[in-house]
Amino acid sequence: MTDLLSRRAVVAGMGVLGLGLLAGCNPARGLEFKYGKNMSNEILGRSFRLKDPQGNVRTLSSFYGSMPMIFFGFTQCPAVCPTALARAAQIKKLMGRDAGFLQVVFITLDPERDTPEVLDTYVKAFDPSFTALTGTPEEIDQVAREFKVFYERVPAGDTYTISHSSTSYVYDSRGTLRLSLGHSLNAKECTEDLLTLMEIC
Amino acid sequence: MAVSLHSFTRRLAAVALLGLSASAMADTTVSEPWVRASVPQQQATGAFMVLTAERDSALVGVASPVAKTVQIHQMTMNGDVMGMQQVKVLALPAGKPVTLDANGYHVMLMGLKQQVKEGEQVPLTLTIKTAEGETQTLKVQAPVRGLTAQSPEHAHDHGNMH
Repeated sequence: MTDLLSRRAVVAGMGVLGLGLLAGCNPARGLEFKYGKNMSNEILGRSFRLKDPQGNVRTLSSFYGSMPMIFFGFTQCPAVCPTALARAAQIKKLMGRDAGFLQVVFITLDPERDTPEVLDTYVKAFDPSFTALTGTPEEIDQVAREFKVFYERVPAGDTYTISHSSTSYVYDSRGTLRLSLGHSLNAKECTEDLLTLMEIC
Repeated sequence: MAVSLHSFTRRLAAVALLGLSASAMADTTVSEPWVRASVPQQQATGAFMVLTAERDSALVGVASPVAKTVQIHQMTMNGDVMGMQQVKVLALPAGKPVTLDANGYHVMLMGLKQQVKEGEQVPLTLTIKTAEGETQTLKVQAPVRGLTAQSPEHAHDHGNMH
């Protein structure tokens, strides 16, 4: 009897826990980031559908169970993109044993020049766990609009470079947008906020 | 004989003067040059350095055998938007170090002919014009650093990013 009761209690407990997980975290409760911006009330990037360099279709739900940190760039970018990727690699190191939870996702804004091969080698040169996403120029355009990411081609001699938004967006394990991290934040500051998000969500 | 010897000495003096003026013209110094490594098939990367001119001058061109096109670019942050644009002339005010790093001006090596690997040296030829209109060329061997490398100042700001 006691056995049964306790088992029931355990089951009930599991139910509550499961419900809690389903509902995600309550943004009103304690999601206070020290450096980044709480994005819980914003809806961005809900329905993107792109391909990884191996050709697999990826959507936000592909990253359920992990904490995806998504940002945009292009491999011919000499300054901001390598800095953002190097920062992400540093964040993973600082996160220590929680690092496996963070999934870094780099979406190219230059799908015509960034072939899947270059993209893959590029992001993996920073950390082998990083993933890149690409699509047709139309798909990329649509995804950028969905994320409210600004980008434009700037002519440079007989070629072009790209001006673009540099913010990183972080989702919780249920695919709800939670946090945005500006380019000026350093790896330590980002890590602190990511650990706050991990604790609560 | 005496006359020709005289002219010879004069010529020597002229040559010496020329040599002197040539070295006086080399009044822009380059320090901490480096190039960011690329991955196979990547078409562009950046070169970074600190330039200090003794007299008011300007960097007007850069060339390198590793790239088809070399341009000077300026990165600006406007809110969260990283803006990139080509700059034809980069002013080098007398005595003021001008930093070319990931946060501002930098040299873009575009149309890479091969992968640029960590540990290699990339030759760069800088063309500098003084305010008086003299042109000077500076040859630099820039070591290649890993993809995740930061300019020294930046690394300092952000802890050990290397």
